[in-house]
Amino acid sequence: MNGVPPEHALMLACGLFLLGMIGLVVRRNIVFMLMSVEIMLNATGLAFVAAGAQWGQPDGQIMVMLILAMAATEVAVGLALVLLLNRKFKTLDVDSASTMRG
Amino acid sequence: MLDLLWLVPTLPLASYLVLAVGGKRLSRATVSWLGAGSVGLSACLALALGAGFLASPPPDHRFVQVLWIWMNTGGFNPAIALQLDELSLLMVLVVTFVGFLIHLYSVEFMADDEACSRFFAYMNLFVCSMLILVLADNLLLLYLGWEGVGLCSYLLIGFWYKDPENGRAARKAFIVTRIGDTAFAIGLFLLFVHLGTLTIRDILELAPAHWAQGSGMAVAAAALLLGGAIGKSGQLPLQVWLPDAMAGPTPVSALIHAATMVTAGVYLIARLHVLFSLAPAVQNAVAVIGALTLLLAGFSALTQRNIKRVLAYSTISQIGYMFLALGVGAYSAAMFHFFTHAFFKALLFLGAGAVIMALHHEHDMFKFGGMRKEMPLVYRTFLIGSASLAAVPFVTAGFYSKDLIIWESWSAPGGNPWLWGAALVGAFITSIYTFRMVFVTFFGEPHGHAAHGPGIRMTLPLVVLAFFSIVAGFLELPHTMGNVTFFSDFLHTVLPAAEAENGRGNELLFQVIAAAVSLSGILIAYLLYYRRPAVPERLSEIPVIGTLGRLWFIGWGFDWLYDRLLVRPYDWLARVNRRDVVDAVYGAIAYITLGFYLLFSRTQTGKLRQYAAGIALGAIITIAVVIFL
Amino acid sequence: MILLVLIALPILGGAGAWIFGRNQLAARVIALVSLLADLVISICLWMQYGTGTLENGNWIITLDYPWMPDLGIGLAFALDGISMLLVVLTAFLGVISVLISWNEIHERVGFFHFNLLWILGGVTGVFLAMDLFLFYFFWEVMIIPMYFVIAIWGYENRVYAANKFFIFTQASGLLMLLAILGLFFVHGSATGNYTFRYFDLLGTPLSQETARWLMLGFFIAFTVKLPAFPFHPWLPDAHTQAPTAGSVILAGLMLKTGAYGLIRFVVPLFPGAALEFAPVAMTMGVIGIVYGALLAFGQTDLKRLVAYTSVSHLGFVLLGVFAWNELALQGSMVEMICHGLSTGALFIIVGILQHSIHTRDMEKMGGLWEQVPRMGAAAMFFAMASLGLPGLGNFVGEFLVLLGAFQVHVTLTAIATAGLVAATIYSLWIMQRVFHGERRGQWNVPDLTALQTAVMAVLIAALIWIGLFPSPVLDTARGAILEMQRSTGNARILEPPPQQQEPGREAIADGEEMK
Repeated sequence: MNGVPPEHALMLACGLFLLGMIGLVVRRNIVFMLMSVEIMLNATGLAFVAAGAQWGQPDGQIMVMLILAMAATEVAVGLALVLLLNRKFKTLDVDSASTMRG
Repeated sequence: MLDLLWLVPTLPLASYLVLAVGGKRLSRATVSWLGAGSVGLSACLALALGAGFLASPPPDHRFVQVLWIWMNTGGFNPAIALQLDELSLLMVLVVTFVGFLIHLYSVEFMADDEACSRFFAYMNLFVCSMLILVLADNLLLLYLGWEGVGLCSYLLIGFWYKDPENGRAARKAFIVTRIGDTAFAIGLFLLFVHLGTLTIRDILELAPAHWAQGSGMAVAAAALLLGGAIGKSGQLPLQVWLPDAMAGPTPVSALIHAATMVTAGVYLIARLHVLFSLAPAVQNAVAVIGALTLLLAGFSALTQRNIKRVLAYSTISQIGYMFLALGVGAYSAAMFHFFTHAFFKALLFLGAGAVIMALHHEHDMFKFGGMRKEMPLVYRTFLIGSASLAAVPFVTAGFYSKDLIIWESWSAPGGNPWLWGAALVGAFITSIYTFRMVFVTFFGEPHGHAAHGPGIRMTLPLVVLAFFSIVAGFLELPHTMGNVTFFSDFLHTVLPAAEAENGRGNELLFQVIAAAVSLSGILIAYLLYYRRPAVPERLSEIPVIGTLGRLWFIGWGFDWLYDRLLVRPYDWLARVNRRDVVDAVYGAIAYITLGFYLLFSRTQTGKLRQYAAGIALGAIITIAVVIFL
Repeated sequence: MILLVLIALPILGGAGAWIFGRNQLAARVIALVSLLADLVISICLWMQYGTGTLENGNWIITLDYPWMPDLGIGLAFALDGISMLLVVLTAFLGVISVLISWNEIHERVGFFHFNLLWILGGVTGVFLAMDLFLFYFFWEVMIIPMYFVIAIWGYENRVYAANKFFIFTQASGLLMLLAILGLFFVHGSATGNYTFRYFDLLGTPLSQETARWLMLGFFIAFTVKLPAFPFHPWLPDAHTQAPTAGSVILAGLMLKTGAYGLIRFVVPLFPGAALEFAPVAMTMGVIGIVYGALLAFGQTDLKRLVAYTSVSHLGFVLLGVFAWNELALQGSMVEMICHGLSTGALFIIVGILQHSIHTRDMEKMGGLWEQVPRMGAAAMFFAMASLGLPGLGNFVGEFLVLLGAFQVHVTLTAIATAGLVAATIYSLWIMQRVFHGERRGQWNVPDLTALQTAVMAVLIAALIWIGLFPSPVLDTARGAILEMQRSTGNARILEPPPQQQEPGREAIADGEEMK
């Protein structure tokens, strides 16, 4: 069926991934970094869906399920760490947590 | 009988061992008996051996006693072997006899010194080494004796070790002679590699067979051996150590630096004369060195104030005469002068020692004065010795030996008028400085008072040596005066006589000239130092003469030159490089590594975002590389 | 079998010393007893086989067990004249080092003796191993305990010195490992037999290029150990900071493993390349002689001065090894032994002195002869040995080396002979600064104890004995040396000295090398 050409989907996924990566590197607030990581994960999911549609296989969508599950766990652990970080350093600025340096 | 040869060097060695290990525990008397007695026994033994040798000479006039094979490898098998022929017999007799007299003298001279046993131990070791040197049948064993006497010289010059100046003088002596020894060693290598042996007899046979006259190898070998001889005998340009060696006790100066060790070079050249005659250029050099040295040292002796330094320069000068004789081919004349010189120079040193001791270790002659009345016996024997040194005609041994050299420097095949002129001027200067010494020390007003005269143990050697300083010369009288040739006949199997070219000159005329020269020197000394003692002072105020005098005083500036040229640069180089420039290279490597470490550890910032950025960058690059390459 | 015993004795003895280390005396006694047993066995071997004719060519005893046949590694040991002498020296210096650390080491005595004995076991293994992998194994066994000895029981700058020592020797050892593996693979691909056995690897067909590189790998490792200029800077620090026993073993034995490696491996395995490289190596040796002596003279730290004299003396050994003729090699062997004895003795004296006056600074010393005449006399003796006085062992070694080297390269030999003057300068300087002159410090220094005097006496006797009767040493080494000459014979042939030709022949040309 005619739909979205796979290249477009992949480009969207790529763009989303890059935006997420840039966000990860640029933002100092750890919550926003986590959000950027989510965007990256979802971008990969989109890429998988597009690939699955391309080849007509359900594997792509199964991967998305996997990614969703993994993202959820990761956010759970990550937010717990954010709480502890906040308690220790009294801030959400990730650059303040740099005592392990050489 | 001759089988007892090995005992001659071993007796002093045994005494050394006993004294070195247990000397402190022995009484002074025992030490003296051991020290002097062992050398005395060696002397008696040597006399007996000599009598036996002369009565029934062994075949070929040469007796060899092999004790054991020292090394045996790769075709190189020197033995510890002693050889006795006329030349070594002569040396052994002089060394043991004069050595014994000096040991006897030392018993009293060193009586107050607490390190008496150490002194006699070293002296005995010296005698042992010197005997090995002259008795060695091969050059390696000779080298052992050669270095051994160098060691003992170092130990004895620096005997009073508390004064660093003595240590400096001792080190100077050892190092300068070692420079000569380096040349000697290279000469040994050359001889072995080309002739296949270091046995003296074989070298003397093989060298003429393998090397043409004047060939490069012969010249090289002879020149290198000459280098060794120069160092040990204190000739130009390695003479700088001898005057400073006077820092040692006087018996040491008498034994080592007058009668024996310094003549080792003369012995070496005489022993290997065949090699030198294969290299006429080198032999000529020997004569020239001898002539130059005798002049330079003579002038230096003229200006010294320390009586022992006068005698030291005098020794350098007289050995110059011996080298001169060797260089013109008059080998037995050289040995004859060695023979007489041993007696009168030892006598002079011992006499000087008596004066020094009596005046509480004062060395400056000009603080002596008038000792003639205070120490008559010393004066008389010293006078005899001085007369011999100055070659006073007819009655002294020195006259006959020095005169022979002066004649040979003109008439021998290697001789020429320049050498003769130098020898003559040297004789003139010798008389002047010798009698300067006599007049200043023994005449005039006494400046100090002699504490007490020397005892029998010091006077007996003086008397004996004085006797020989007169009589020893009668063994070899020139053609014009009786033509006695005991000495040269004795040595002729080892040292061929120099062929005199008749018609070269009138021997009698030359002898008269020589005699006149020596007597006029005495006259000048008399005038300057007895009659008008103020004149030398005023002379030295004249600018030219004053400067010249100062130049002579410092030994013609050789010390200064070597100091600037060699000693200071070496010192500086060693000090500057103390931390080792090569280590700096490795230190630099370590430093650079540290730099990298500091650089890379800056990437560990602890900042999460930078790590993430790093991961991202790395991933992009890797993927790009994979895709595009 | 007995070869394994020779190695096992120190290893087990060391382990025993550590185990019973709580009791200091027990540790020392166990160490001493195991080394004495080692010494007795090796001397018996020497007397029995040393100078007689042998059955397996020149190999006195060989041992060959398979260990890891799939990797080509076997337990191969062999003893010939050269290794015999070095094994005896090892045991001898081992006993002496245990004796002199009796009163010097007081902490962790058991562990100290463990390290000491394992060093000796490693050294013995190095001298006996005939399988390259095994050789490398013992090479490492030798280095690591030495690191500990320096780092734990050393002096003020010990950690730096230990690190420097370790890095230098380990890095060069790795180069050797590369070369070993290279040889293994080349041999394997050429003959199909992948093996590390020395006897099989002799005569491997190698291209010139390969041979040069492999030889360099071994060469660098051994010349760092020797140590040759310019790889010597680790030595002064290591020697100075090590405790006395460590210095004695370092100077007396470990440096000789470098020389041994050169003789045993570098030239026989790669004769063409090695002998082509010989002029460079000999030059390194001569520079070492002169440079080491110069540096020694400039030091103010007495122990560092003695350390630099090692560089100088081992320059002679390097020169002798690469002259590669019988005279020079014999000289190198004798010099190795005598250097171990004389420099070891000097280190002992310095150690005793440092123990009493707590300084090594020569500027503070002076006039000590009065207080310690026995020590002074001993120091004088060993200083004379150091400068090569004839009648003592070092002279025999140095003279033979120079004589042999003269046949190969006249100029270098002349410079090396001049090095003897430099040796005189530093030896006399030691005596002057420390024992002669005015008294500077206010210490009350005790003279040598009975034990120390006995140790000195034994060393003095050994040096005089080798100096005047070197035949046992020369005869022992001769067979092995001649065998090696024969096997590398095509690379260098030397004309025998002319005495074996009839007299009357025309003069031989200059004694430069003939190929």
